Amino acid sequence: MTDTTLAQLRPARDASLSAFRAMLLRDVAVLRSNLYSFILRTVMQPLLFVFVFTYVFPKIGQGIGGAQGQATFSSLLVPGVVAIACIFQGIQAVMLPLVQEFGYTREIEDRVMAPLPVWGVAVEKLLAGALQGLLAAAIVFPLATFIPATPVHLQISWPELLTFLPLATLLGASLGLAIGTRVKPQQVTLVFSVVIIPVTFLGATYYPWAALDPIPWLKWAVLINPLVYMSEAFRAALTPQLPHMPVPAIYAAMIGSIALLGWIGIDGFKKRVTT
Amino acid sequence: MVKATDPNQVIVTSGLTKVFPNGLRAVDALDLSVSSGEIFGLLGPNGAGKTTTVGMLTSRVIPTSGGASIAGVDVVAHSTLAKQLIGVVPQTNTLDRSLTVFENLYYHGRYYGMRSSDARAAAEETLRRFKLIDRADADVNQLSGGMAQRLMIARSILHKPQILFLDEPTAGLDPQSRLALWEILSTLHESGQTIFMTTHYMEEADQLCDRVAIMDHGKILALDTAARLKRSVEADTEIRVSVEEDLEALAVHLKTFDGVSSSQVLDGAVLIALRGRTALVPRIVDFVETGGFTLNDLSVSEPTLETVFIKLTGKELRD
Ligand SMILES: Nc1ncnc2c1ncn2[C@@H]1O[C@H](COP(=O)(O)OP(=O)(O)OP(=O)(O)O)[C@@H](O)[C@H]1O
Ligand SMILES: [Mg+2]
Repeated sequence: MTDTTLAQLRPARDASLSAFRAMLLRDVAVLRSNLYSFILRTVMQPLLFVFVFTYVFPKIGQGIGGAQGQATFSSLLVPGVVAIACIFQGIQAVMLPLVQEFGYTREIEDRVMAPLPVWGVAVEKLLAGALQGLLAAAIVFPLATFIPATPVHLQISWPELLTFLPLATLLGASLGLAIGTRVKPQQVTLVFSVVIIPVTFLGATYYPWAALDPIPWLKWAVLINPLVYMSEAFRAALTPQLPHMPVPAIYAAMIGSIALLGWIGIDGFKKRVTT
Repeated sequence: MVKATDPNQVIVTSGLTKVFPNGLRAVDALDLSVSSGEIFGLLGPNGAGKTTTVGMLTSRVIPTSGGASIAGVDVVAHSTLAKQLIGVVPQTNTLDRSLTVFENLYYHGRYYGMRSSDARAAAEETLRRFKLIDRADADVNQLSGGMAQRLMIARSILHKPQILFLDEPTAGLDPQSRLALWEILSTLHESGQTIFMTTHYMEEADQLCDRVAIMDHGKILALDTAARLKRSVEADTEIRVSVEEDLEALAVHLKTFDGVSSSQVLDGAVLIALRGRTALVPRIVDFVETGGFTLNDLSVSEPTLETVFIKLTGKELRD
């Protein structure tokens, strides 16, 4: 019987690939059935942000940097808002569900038992998270472009946009995986206050990184924040006329961060599901 | 690499051991073999190492030493192959809460490489068979405990695994749902499904399993058919006597009675195992009352797997 059994088995590679694909299909199906709440949770924060800072403030004369600075600010904000959307998807689509799954629902169990290596399940989570990040960026981009009261000047550089976008969403998902596999449900609020809020506030989202020149220690300290590279990447891709880091440095930093956070996340995932 | 000498042995372990990082030896040098078509039960109290054993056999727990193979496939070295051969029902509810009842089965089929139409057909057929078809579109959170467990079993066999692992499948279920599950497992067994299950209910092991391994502290203490295990206690009757007064003293006295093979204090009563039927009961009652004891309760039963467990460990299976 052993021999006939072995003959029926599909090679590990085929089995793994089809399981991986099926898991992506599952995630797409879940996303589709939660599409409205996905859009709401994606849109709300950037919408309010863009609305208050680039529509309400100029109208009530509370503009940042006077009328001329205001026009620049609207343009400056677009890359930052898109970057935040990518990182929030990493948190909402990867980190929070993982914390829940490991904490009490254990619903990922069936996927872990599927015929593919455990790291494959973690990589699928990354990819699904990155795809949601792309969708979120696509939703948020027009908001940031069309709501502001002052015109937004974009000089889209397509090769950069098309490479930075997947890298940024992957980076957001890697961060979500790295945190999500190492945090207990009771620690989520703590993680928000000590990791996520500082990351978003100090992510060079609402100002170019170079603008931190007057505070050199901060300028260098924020370099551990992956969101800085995401914001600078979109700045280089959408508003290259504004100051931004050199493009090769951004690529290197993003790829390096994805490798590091991705490794931490996949390793954490393996440790959570096997003992 | 652990190899079966007999191709009919679909689960083989040799020296299978798990020592957790905290130094706890949860499973200690387990040697087992389970034959094709068999329903094999691992019976043991809380913390015996049952889940850890199932974990190692299903690639979730990495053995510290020793190994295991499923249908000749090493579970550690070739886990992706081994996973194709097994279905697993873990101890806790692990249904995918983001999916409906139907989708839980459908995507499970897809994970195992079924084509969409095949997965759909298999899911429908299985839901019908497990009497869950009218719940197909329900949220899994709305299922009762018994229904959720049925769905877990339905899911675990959807891809037609060669071996089905069930970790305490009826724990926490009401008696009616338990009986329903026993029926499901018996039917699966009749259709030739190899089943490896754990339980801490002796009735379950007794009624369902072809062979039972009694486990405690990571070790198999005895392994045989339930009937032979019960015969091994060398008694055909078990009497529990509970009195107000000194139980130890009573136990010592009762031990001297003819036919009594063991007499010990356990859980607020004296437990006597004896051969020679119940003729002894009136004499015990007599002795208790004339000996200055106040009889609280007395019960007579046949030996059970619990008796076997008590004989092996000196403690009760339940806690
Ligand atoms: N990850 C772990 N780290 C350390 N110790 C563990 C771990 N998992 C289980 N144990 C310990 O190993 C022993 C065996 O646990 P196991 O879960 O296998 O028992 P069990 O027989 O399934 O018990 P139950 O009937 O309660 O499910 C227990 O003492 C348990 O506390
Ligand atoms: Mg257990």
